Amino acid sequence: MYSEKVMDHFQNPRNVGEIEDASGVGTVGNAKCGDIMRIYLDIDENQVIRDVKFKTFGCGAAIATSSMATELVKGKDIHEALKVTNKAVMEALDGLPPVKVHCSLLAEEAIHAALWDYAEKHGIQIEGLEKPKSDIHEGEEEESEEY
Amino acid sequence: MNDDKRMIYLDNAATTKTAPEVVEAMLPYFTELYGNPSSVYQFAQKSKEAVAASRETIAGALGAKPEEIYFTAGGTEADNWAIKAAAEAYRAKGNHIITSKIEHHAVLHTCQWLEKQGFEVTYLDVDETGIVKLDQLERAIRPETILISVMFANNEIGTIQPVKEIGQIARRHGVLFHTDAVQAFGQLPIQVDEMNIDMLSSSGHKLNGPKGIGFLYIRKGVKIRSFVHGGAQERKRRAGTENVPGIVGYAAAVERAVRTMEQRTARERELRDYLISRVLAEVPYTRLNGHRTKRLPNNANFSFQFVEGESLLIMLDMEGICGSSGSACTSGSLDPSHVLLAIGLPHEIAHGSLRLTLSEETTKEELDYVAEAIKKIVERLRGMSPLYEDFIRRQ
Repeated sequence: MYSEKVMDHFQNPRNVGEIEDASGVGTVGNAKCGDIMRIYLDIDENQVIRDVKFKTFGCGAAIATSSMATELVKGKDIHEALKVTNKAVMEALDGLPPVKVHCSLLAEEAIHAALWDYAEKHGIQIEGLEKPKSDIHEGEEEESEEY
Repeated sequence: MNDDKRMIYLDNAATTKTAPEVVEAMLPYFTELYGNPSSVYQFAQKSKEAVAASRETIAGALGAKPEEIYFTAGGTEADNWAIKAAAEAYRAKGNHIITSKIEHHAVLHTCQWLEKQGFEVTYLDVDETGIVKLDQLERAIRPETILISVMFANNEIGTIQPVKEIGQIARRHGVLFHTDAVQAFGQLPIQVDEMNIDMLSSSGHKLNGPKGIGFLYIRKGVKIRSFVHGGAQERKRRAGTENVPGIVGYAAAVERAVRTMEQRTARERELRDYLISRVLAEVPYTRLNGHRTKRLPNNANFSFQFVEGESLLIMLDMEGICGSSGSACTSGSLDPSHVLLAIGLPHEIAHGSLRLTLSEETTKEELDYVAEAIKKIVERLRGMSPLYEDFIRRQ
């Protein structure tokens, strides 16, 4: 079902944990749908992401996408980090099953939410960053079931 | 995943190993006695006799008559047939069907389809252990009620329904009673007369028989029509050349299940209770789903707070353990199992469920290994869980 890369990041997730007094923290998803991701960012005075940690409640793909997203933003400045899309996360993982694409969207959203928190705390605006939705599924139409 | 590692198969509610003696009984009907039971020559009579003998064995196990057993391609077909055909046959009497919220999708989706055809369906609630509320059932019966369909035992949480009482209520009100016994047949004693069962669905591969074979028991006098049209097989009610090897294998499996039931289930119950007590005692923030005692002998179903079922399953798989979960990610939708929601679990706890179903081959040593693996994995996943982090902070 999952690629080797996904399995690797699921079995050996990178950057699991918390950061005390983080520069920015973002939590997205909801328990109802079974996925919650929290990203902690430690951003230095040059707006470079010095460290990043995550915690995720969710399926294998949710954990793997969180892990990969943290790897992709680590060491980048906040503007580059903002450009890390769900597509980039998926590509880096050699793809995801179609039903799991929403996990990569959630990972992107989690990074954005943490950046938003950082921007708010520091009274700055990051160009191109929109206030994240707290629930990735908000506004999405549910597929009607066929019988 | 890892071929040289041990495998502990604890998903016997999904399917079972076909017993070697069952395979052996089937084999001649592929390559030697392959005649079509409908043909006239003597060679084909052997196939016909084998089907008749199998029907007798299966009927005997239920206290039914052989002519009341109709072979199908499996449990799902039997459920579809029972409900759709009863709805059609009794439409002149009424358009109301009663079932429960925790049925298998073969029943639920069939009922939902019938709603689109103008039928009204009452979905009965269950209590927190998964048992249908009998007073609610009795109150739900209306003059136009034509069918009550309540499963014998639940496939996820293993809860056994008060089938005899449901049958009595149905009989008293002159309503047909169908039960999906796919999980129960072979694990629990079933007598159709004593329990007032009018129709019963079953499937071969759940009791060490082959896949692709099932049956619907239809009490004599219940007027439901053909579901599959064609030849005159199965008393003209289910056309199509008989799956002779499947039927023979099914009967061999039933014979075996009945013969071993008492000893086998007593042993499984003991092992199941051992697993349940170990897990509940050693993994904090864990609950047992379903009824403590009124449950299938081989079923254990847990919810581990703060973890998600699919992650748990993959990690168990890496330890060589096969189980299943009611999490959304394993159901292919966003919602977790309807059964776990019906017993009142909040979504996040329903997502963290694990079902382990034992077989006669399961050993205590295997369950010790499984309990240790669960402890380790749940702890690891909780270490990654923001829900657990929040919970600990609030402590």
